[in-house]
Amino acid sequence: MSMDVAALGRWGIDSLRELGRAGLLLLRVVFRLPDFKKGFPLVMQQVYAEGVLSLLIIVVSGLFIGMVVALQGYHTLVKFGAAQQLGPLVALSVTRELGPVVTALLFAGRAGSAVTAEIGLMKATEQLSSMEMMAVDPLRRVIAPRLWGGFISMPLLAIIFNTVAIYGAYLVGVKWLGLDAGAFWSNMQTSVDFHLDVINGLIKSVVFGLVIVWIALYQGYYAEPTSAGIANATTRTVVYSSLATLGLDFVLTAMMIGGW
Amino acid sequence: MLSQRTIESFVGLFLLAAMMALMVLAFKVSGLTSFFKPKSYTVIAMFDEIGQLKVRSPVKMGGVLIGEVSSITLDPQSFKAIVKMDIDHRFNEIPDDSSANILTAGLLGDNYIALTPMYSQTFLKSGSTIEDTHSAMILEKMIGQLIYKLGGGSSSKASTTTSNTSNASDSNKIDDSNHNVDTQKRIQK
Amino acid sequence: MTNLVEISNLHFERNKRVIFDGVDIVIPQGKITAVMGPSGTGKTTLLRLIGAQLQPGEGRILVAGENIHRLSTDALYKLRKKMGMLFQSGGLFTHLNVFENVAFALREHTKLSNDMIRSLVLMKLEMVGLRGAQNLMPSELSGGMARRVALARAVALDPQLIMYDEPLSGQDPISMGVLVKLIRTLNDALGMTSIIVSHDVTETLSIADYVYVMANGKIIGQGTPDAINQDKSAQMRQFVDGLPDGPVPFHYPAKALDQDLLGVS
Repeated sequence: MSMDVAALGRWGIDSLRELGRAGLLLLRVVFRLPDFKKGFPLVMQQVYAEGVLSLLIIVVSGLFIGMVVALQGYHTLVKFGAAQQLGPLVALSVTRELGPVVTALLFAGRAGSAVTAEIGLMKATEQLSSMEMMAVDPLRRVIAPRLWGGFISMPLLAIIFNTVAIYGAYLVGVKWLGLDAGAFWSNMQTSVDFHLDVINGLIKSVVFGLVIVWIALYQGYYAEPTSAGIANATTRTVVYSSLATLGLDFVLTAMMIGGW
Repeated sequence: MLSQRTIESFVGLFLLAAMMALMVLAFKVSGLTSFFKPKSYTVIAMFDEIGQLKVRSPVKMGGVLIGEVSSITLDPQSFKAIVKMDIDHRFNEIPDDSSANILTAGLLGDNYIALTPMYSQTFLKSGSTIEDTHSAMILEKMIGQLIYKLGGGSSSKASTTTSNTSNASDSNKIDDSNHNVDTQKRIQK
Repeated sequence: MTNLVEISNLHFERNKRVIFDGVDIVIPQGKITAVMGPSGTGKTTLLRLIGAQLQPGEGRILVAGENIHRLSTDALYKLRKKMGMLFQSGGLFTHLNVFENVAFALREHTKLSNDMIRSLVLMKLEMVGLRGAQNLMPSELSGGMARRVALARAVALDPQLIMYDEPLSGQDPISMGVLVKLIRTLNDALGMTSIIVSHDVTETLSIADYVYVMANGKIIGQGTPDAINQDKSAQMRQFVDGLPDGPVPFHYPAKALDQDLLGVS
């Protein structure tokens, strides 16, 4: 029994220590801004690697999720004779929840894992050490651009996801199921509020983006420099950032709706 | 490895796509108009009951969108709802004796204000008040009346004439409670 | 003659395992100093301590007269520009080609024009004989070539001090010969100070000016290569001559074999 308590305590202290280490990493990265001329191309490269290369999976998933929500929603709404409300149903669920959350989950799987594996391998092959010995700070040269890249890419991806998903719903609702296009859009416009729905959704996605890249960078930077260590770190990135996304989503939604 | 130029072009396209998507979200999806608000003038109407009317609900005339509700407040003296609506300046010759109705789009749709034009030669202008208003139909009240009417019809045998239906809401108010008891009893059976 | 690096009373432990237990080493300027010892004696750790990537438990390390572990981050980075380090694996940046790898430090630390950088990089690559490979990616290089590129990169800023971590291990005889010659040339022609950490006895003794031999966290012998070859102590002889058993036991500590086989506990 006392052993269990001790183990629990050790686990607690270890977790706390890990959180502290991750916090320090974030602080060191955020407050050591790269100078603009050198940093800008690096951030661009990361926006490309994390954003542009994630675009395909985001667009395809967005299209299908929009179509499925429209199909499911239509068959439920039609029972109440409220098929005209399909537009609002899709637009609200996509802009408020599905857009930011699904984009974040896909982003964690696509870009987060890649970042962890890349940093972990750079560490294992002594690239980070040799950079340090060349008097180049890896936090500034390698870690910071990835953080800003994710920070910029994530909301852009979420915006694109939202639009594509709503268009997918339009395809199913209007083109296939034969709803009136005018009613579809005008009902959507009266019930979706730009600030409350669209902007709040994007605020969420900014937070998710930051947290996911942070987790990915931390896991990569402190990965055990072996094949198994990097594999574990990559898995942890996906698991932790998915859980963090869902947990934070609840907190943020409660804050936005409940007016904390 | 891609050259920096290629990468930057792709990122530029990505940004452009995202901006266009944001435009779609703003104007097509959320119908945001406040960035480029069309010129409009404000008209006030007071209602006893506005139902589900919200800020930004549409204002229509003959089914055509001519404006939207800009604010809803409660008058502390008369306890009436004060509804302000912005009407597109293109429709600047609406007779000032027109009436405002709160209607519902479909059975479960949202409320909107329908203006019905009359014949006055003076027109509504900014700050005018529409005097002739009709409150929203509240579904619960209508159902209540319906049930009451059906109840009244079966208990007092001779009351199936059309005149009864037309002034049902006035004449039956007096023994409202009795009938309600009646209805409940029947439901229990 | 001055000393570029002075290590005094160095103590360091990792995961409760003592790696250095009071080590004193001086690296004279302009010479090739070798630190040798069996695997696991913390030779790489020593280089990381000199580069201040690790903090010592006790003792101090002076590099160019400055206590490197007391420096501010800025001063440390400034000092590191005067150091080059060749890692065991090379540590080439896999996302950059050979040319960009060598140009990396120049681009980061100087404001030279592209033409100047190009000339400097090509000179360094010419020196290691790989100018023709400038457009290859690191994954297309053989191990020996990768190490030569890493060497060109380490000397790109013409450092005063260059540290080699096992430069010769795992090399075929030809590339070993090439590297030995390069290390010597760099040291003499460019006036660098070199530290070689290695366990390749013959080759290291053939290029070093002065040698330290370490075992069990202590210096067990030092001197010129000749002196090392003539040292009579049993520990030294075992290492230099490569005897399987001696003061450094062949067997990892264990109980007696017959007991283990019989499963007696």
